[in-house]
Amino acid sequence: MSITPSTPAVSKIRRKQILSMVGEGKRVDGRSLLEYRNLEIEVGSIEKAEGSAFVKLGKTKVLVGVKIEEGTPYEDTPNEGVLMVNAELVPLASPVFEPGPPDENAIELARVVDRGIRESKAIDLGKLCIEPGKRVFIVFVDIYVLDHDGNLIDASGIASLAALANAKVPQVPDFEYTWEDAPKLPLREYPIPTTFAKLGDAIIADPCLEEEQVMSARLTVTTTSKGDVCAMQKGGVGTFSVEDVLSIVSLARERGEETREKVLEAVGVG
Amino acid sequence: MASIVVSQRQLVLPGELLAEGPKVRAGENTYRVGDKIYSSRIGLVNVVKNTVSVIALRGSCYLPNVGDTVIGMVVDVGLNGWLVDIKAPYNAFLPLSEVSDKPINPKRDALPKVLDVGDLVLAKVIAFDRTRSPLLTIKDKGLGKLQGGHLVEISPTKVPRLIGKKGSMINMIKRETGCRITVGQNGLILVSCKRRGLESLVEVAIKKIEEEAHTTGLTDRIMEFLRRNQRRAGGGDVVEPSRG
Amino acid sequence: MSRAEDKKVIRLISEDGLRVDGRRPDELRPIKLEVGVLEKADGSAYVEYGRTKIMAAVFGPREIHPRHLAISEKAVIRCRYHMAPFSTEQRKSPAPSRREIELSKVIREALEPAVFTEYYPRTSIDIFIEVLQSDGGTRCAGITAASLALADAGIPMKDLVASVAVGKVDGVVVADLCDVEDKYGEADMPVALMPKFGEITLLQMDGNLSQSEFEQALQLAVESCQTIYGKQREALLNRFVQVEV
Repeated sequence: MSITPSTPAVSKIRRKQILSMVGEGKRVDGRSLLEYRNLEIEVGSIEKAEGSAFVKLGKTKVLVGVKIEEGTPYEDTPNEGVLMVNAELVPLASPVFEPGPPDENAIELARVVDRGIRESKAIDLGKLCIEPGKRVFIVFVDIYVLDHDGNLIDASGIASLAALANAKVPQVPDFEYTWEDAPKLPLREYPIPTTFAKLGDAIIADPCLEEEQVMSARLTVTTTSKGDVCAMQKGGVGTFSVEDVLSIVSLARERGEETREKVLEAVGVG
Repeated sequence: MASIVVSQRQLVLPGELLAEGPKVRAGENTYRVGDKIYSSRIGLVNVVKNTVSVIALRGSCYLPNVGDTVIGMVVDVGLNGWLVDIKAPYNAFLPLSEVSDKPINPKRDALPKVLDVGDLVLAKVIAFDRTRSPLLTIKDKGLGKLQGGHLVEISPTKVPRLIGKKGSMINMIKRETGCRITVGQNGLILVSCKRRGLESLVEVAIKKIEEEAHTTGLTDRIMEFLRRNQRRAGGGDVVEPSRG
Repeated sequence: MSRAEDKKVIRLISEDGLRVDGRRPDELRPIKLEVGVLEKADGSAYVEYGRTKIMAAVFGPREIHPRHLAISEKAVIRCRYHMAPFSTEQRKSPAPSRREIELSKVIREALEPAVFTEYYPRTSIDIFIEVLQSDGGTRCAGITAASLALADAGIPMKDLVASVAVGKVDGVVVADLCDVEDKYGEADMPVALMPKFGEITLLQMDGNLSQSEFEQALQLAVESCQTIYGKQREALLNRFVQVEV
């Protein structure tokens, strides 16, 4: 059952201050309304994983490990590999994260990232079949949030994509690589999630934690290299007007393009 | 008045525009956005002078108001008072000091002997600010533990209709039946009649008012219903009239 | 590649531009809305979008247990979206899936903007949505039903919330996707709206839409929600008109 979360501990004065600053086009950390925080991407730091990426988005830190293992395919897709995305909000990332099974926030985070990768058909799953109907590769994407300073969706989505681009498909019996740059995981698209928040009447990009605690709602738009939209998710108990949504979608396309270049550069593609 | 865009007693829904312009006041169950006043609940429009409000037709929840007389059931006996279920989302508290003028000493007197779990009380709300539990008193005249009678429960939103304008409905029922009827603002009603069987007739009448609260000419229909059934049954079993 | 071949087998738009169930692209399925269908709930509604069948119930505002979940300045909303085991082709385990947990959250967030929770501090308003039969658009039909149940429970609201999924099948932007269209189509975009104020309370999307397709889909979603809103109002008014002698 989903329950209204209790209001985060932001004092009324601080709340007013953040809102009035945003009203004047300023932000608590000195950014302009549509400015992103500094993005750093580092790949391959976890040697035991088939692929990994460590992403810093401002002070938010997310580590993603990709494990690729043999398994059985889904009945309705006997010739395709399987994608599984899971997110853990580990207790060291925030005083409010508790150990235990993923809560609705972790599940939403994983599913939004999953949708971006799946719906853009980023991974060529058809190439990950070992023996039709019996043996395929399962690509496990495990998102580890290590430091929560807001906008976990973008940080996790970017880290997942970078980790996938960094991943290698292991050699197993009776399997031959059928694609060009094997054993690298065959990717054909680079979906980038871009999140905006509504504070008062203003729209801001890449909210930090304090801004998330004051925002009325957020909207994530995941775009492809063609500039198409492949996933969206609204969160929070506020609302957006049609105009808000239209402007966020075009902003997300622009921003997505810039972020994509950074990811490609970090993983050494293109 | 010209800026009210609905008619008196019109059935309205949440989000329905009721009035425009700064001169109209937003009453109960309405809200204002800029110059416009909208309904927040299903109900009937009620315009009094320049205030537009909505008489809610649905809602099971009683929100205590200071000064309300309510009927409640004791659900717990504490060290310094009683917890009382008054059909609100919050249990009410009846402190020792509000039970009688004569001091009660919890060391000497057994509190369950004064009021025990399951007892019904007629009480008045003396404090409630939505951050603490509602506070009750039974010290005023007419208040206190209820000894017997026939208990009827209706939705608290229909209580105003049961009472009627300046008590017109409830007084009519009392006059027609000769029964004593105690109405709690929280939708609990205690009926006691001299003639046996009359209580169930009054209950049917009350339920009919609850069901048809939004219709017009209700007082007359209820009066007619009471008269017909008292004649027919002579104080015996109640026959629910067929419609039409 | 196999997906693309699948699509050629299953044609979702016929040569004369009609959909698998014979609808025009912007046409909704037959919609049935009924209010006050359950006895014990404070408010309830039953909704059908074609073969999708939903029951929603609302309880409260009521005391919240455990107490520590209470919020001092407003009511909390608790929301559960749940699929009956018999609602799908293959039996669905009654234990909540990750999908149901996510949908419970986004549905709560879609309804909460419409409720004046500040009127009932320290209480809870509980919303239960049961999918009795699933044929696409269950979360949207669930929101439409829950919004009716909230109004029926007498909960103060800013507006009703109407919801519908739009999407793209065979390159055509369509309204109110059925299961086959959702499964084999190119995009699914559930939207919820407070129609009086044009405020979007739910927006999700998966699939692929170009900028212009997206704009077209959003426009269609808003229009479709307006249509459903009209039916919601009718259903609520009917509940009372019928009693009148």
